[in-house]
Amino acid sequence: MTTNSKADVIVVGLGWAGSLMAEELTRAGLNVVAIDRGPWIDTSTHTPPAVDPDELRWGIRKELFSPPKDNTLTFRNTLDQTAVPQRDFGIFELGGGVGGAGFHWAGMAWRFNPYDFEIRSKTIERYGIDRAEDGELQLQDWGITYDELEPFYDRWERIAGISGKAGNLNGEKIEGGNVLEGPRSRDYPTPPLKTLRSMEVFNEATERMGYHPFTIPVANISQAYVNPLGVSMGACSYCGFCLGFGCGNFSKSSPQACIFPALMRRSNFRLLTESCVTRVNKAPDGQTVTGVTYVDAHGKEHVQEGDIVCITAFQIDSTRLMLLSGIGQPYDPRDQSGVVGRNFSFQTVSGVDMWIEGEQMNPFIGAGGLGSQIDDFNADNFDHSDLDFLHGAGMLTLARDGMPISKANKLPQGSPRWGSGFKQAYKDHYQTYTTIFNQGSSMPIKHGYLDLDPNYKDKFGQPLLRLTYDYSQSDRNMAKFTMDRSIEIAKEMGAQHITPFNFADKPFTTSIIASDHVIGGTPMGADPRTSVVNPYLQSWDCHNLFICSASVFPMNSGYNPTETVGALAIRTAQAIHQQYIQNPGALVKV
Amino acid sequence: MNRREALKSLSALIATGAVAASARASEMQGYPSNLAVADEFLPRPAMDGGKMHVLTDETALKTVTAVFDRLIPADDLGPSASEAGCIVFLDSQLADRFGQGAQLYREGPKLPGADELTQAPQFIATPRERYETGLKALEAYAQQTDGAAFADLQPDRQDEILQGMEEGSISLADDINTKAFFELMLQNVREGYFSDPIYGGNKDMVGWKLIGFPGARYDYRLYADRVGQKLDLESISLIPLD
Ligand SMILES: Cc1cc2nc3c(=O)[nH]c(=O)nc-3n(C[C@H](O)[C@H](O)[C@H](O)COP(=O)(O)OP(=O)(O)OC[C@H]3O[C@@H](n4cnc5c(N)ncnc54)[C@H](O)[C@@H]3O)c2cc1C
Ligand code: SF4
Repeated sequence: MTTNSKADVIVVGLGWAGSLMAEELTRAGLNVVAIDRGPWIDTSTHTPPAVDPDELRWGIRKELFSPPKDNTLTFRNTLDQTAVPQRDFGIFELGGGVGGAGFHWAGMAWRFNPYDFEIRSKTIERYGIDRAEDGELQLQDWGITYDELEPFYDRWERIAGISGKAGNLNGEKIEGGNVLEGPRSRDYPTPPLKTLRSMEVFNEATERMGYHPFTIPVANISQAYVNPLGVSMGACSYCGFCLGFGCGNFSKSSPQACIFPALMRRSNFRLLTESCVTRVNKAPDGQTVTGVTYVDAHGKEHVQEGDIVCITAFQIDSTRLMLLSGIGQPYDPRDQSGVVGRNFSFQTVSGVDMWIEGEQMNPFIGAGGLGSQIDDFNADNFDHSDLDFLHGAGMLTLARDGMPISKANKLPQGSPRWGSGFKQAYKDHYQTYTTIFNQGSSMPIKHGYLDLDPNYKDKFGQPLLRLTYDYSQSDRNMAKFTMDRSIEIAKEMGAQHITPFNFADKPFTTSIIASDHVIGGTPMGADPRTSVVNPYLQSWDCHNLFICSASVFPMNSGYNPTETVGALAIRTAQAIHQQYIQNPGALVKV
Repeated sequence: MNRREALKSLSALIATGAVAASARASEMQGYPSNLAVADEFLPRPAMDGGKMHVLTDETALKTVTAVFDRLIPADDLGPSASEAGCIVFLDSQLADRFGQGAQLYREGPKLPGADELTQAPQFIATPRERYETGLKALEAYAQQTDGAAFADLQPDRQDEILQGMEEGSISLADDINTKAFFELMLQNVREGYFSDPIYGGNKDMVGWKLIGFPGARYDYRLYADRVGQKLDLESISLIPLD
């Protein structure tokens, strides 16, 4: 065991959250060391255009991801079951290198809706306490409002160069943008991508139906751009090798493309790669932490001391580190006591696959996040008084990719899966396929939580994380409702073949990929009895410990999570160097 | 050395460990100045030479060839799986990380009821082991029911057996998840037929030409405005023909 020289701040995990915090803190003059279990990977050295367009390697074998062999967890639906390990890739498509999943993500760039942050108060206000407390749901506010987070959303969009069109500028509705979004202080830094065929058909149909379609704001940027850190990006070439892939063009926003070129050049920043943090060390009095213990690529253990520790290790690892380190009281679903591990939530997904005969979708032209969406059935944008659920889904169509191995599964019902009939069907339908994907919200429930598994261990001999979860009735009803709406849209789009899907009409599983978005475990909030961190993401137990990842969300919205992770990271880093450093202690008093 | 040879000799070096185990710096300060493509990120092309590395058992090789050529047969639309190189593809995949189950969490035990809980069967056995036991059992099944090798059965009868495996109405052996073994073969044959030719299958890009996939292109800005039009783009692969 060796002990490294002390740092002002230790950042555990250099994905979006970690690199945004490190950038903000080094710029303020602090000495930062980041520790990441993955190797260094970068655009030109690892995923140039000569290496990137390879479905087998990146899309199917998922070689950019951290393999289940190294990082997995166990799962069960209910408390009385014995959890089993996720052995192959499932919903946990973790980043394999520095940059985390932010290197291979798709790039849909969303702000959450104002309703999300005050979901409990606003639900009670509009629908009464019985809807918020139905016996199963565990709704809680975030302790921060949309308006408070808005400047940080704006900052993240500038750093990432997001392409989109505003639909609500300071309250003024703007046609063509998402008129149902929360008010934003200014427009996106780059204009939206082109409208491709599947989007065109979707837009026309939903407009006829009285909905409000718009182009999804994306981190696949539409034109050359220089961000506020001085880092330049290139235009997306619609290569379609995006989700699960790196980007060879410096056009998919990522820690590599947007932050590392500035961060790595700062003399007060150091990065330890292939070094896995196994615990955060507490001071003898338990009021603060002293640093972290990590294991390097050769299996050697080290201690890194620091005045401040930021856990930015993605949702599951952030939660697991808290449990392994014994910080905060673990949650007990039987009486809802304790906090660490609570409010696990997911993404409740339904939708339709469809085939429109005679269409020429040219699906290979696309970008990871590109598509059209309606928010007419998302958040509290519609009246839930007579409905048997809360919240809703972003309903979107994709212009993402036409990858030939995976698309072989996308054939109309009744098509042969093999033989000459398969070849004919695939030839006939490759160009006509499109989809509506309902990216549904996920409400926290009393019995959805994370703790340490009593049976299975990782390569260091430490217990795996154990997930206990199944969809709430409210979420199931929401998925059915939005699925029915998507069938109506598919008909209006002119589809001859429609195959509805609903992941929530069966029990939840980690093996079938409905979504990659796992949420909760160390929720933020204003009440230490129901949250792990305060609204500045500061641990209620140890004031020099901060956690930033989707583990701090108390619920999930009908959107992807990353922009909200990014905005929270910037806000927390600013609170550290503007307030905490001057006067170390709890930033929120209760 | 042309591009293909360069890639091949590099991957051979990596396979034999001749490139130093890892000179990767674990502590970094400053932006790396070496911008050469990292060795381990170069593709690992199919090993050629006409000899099998994993599928060395003659019966097993014949059985899997017969299965693959029913899953993707030769017809008016193009060559069969084996004609397109899918057996070479499979052999080299089974010799590589995929076959070794290098990414899987393989700690036991596997609990009874695990597959019902996960809703998708999961295995401690590696894909290579699953092919070995699966192909043996398929051959034994054919010998038992038809008194002949699976490869020698009439195509209709082969289809019947494959369909039974797909539906789960046939069980090859108690310790084999027959349905999952069928799905493994179906997935792998599709991979061979539709992945980049660098991996041994999809010869002359027949799979891509079948559906009109332009392959390893990286820039569609010129075409993105021609929304809804037939583009007839020629397919290209990661590796040029010699
Ligand atoms: C295929 C895919 C598509 C996605 N598409 C979208 C999308 O379109 N829009 C969207 O908003 N989100 C998307 N996401 C989610 C998005 O990738 C994540 O929300 C985002 O990357 C989270 O950032 P993070 O910094 O919290 O975690 P990560 O990016 O995962 O970074 C965490 C880092 O911590 C390191 N780490 C973890 N544990 C340890 C440890 N113990 N010791 C040391 N280091 C550690 C990891 O190596 C990693 O580098 C997608 C995810 C996937 C997998
Ligand atoms: S689609 Fe665009 S952003 Fe995505 S990998 Fe290709 S060029 Fe990069």
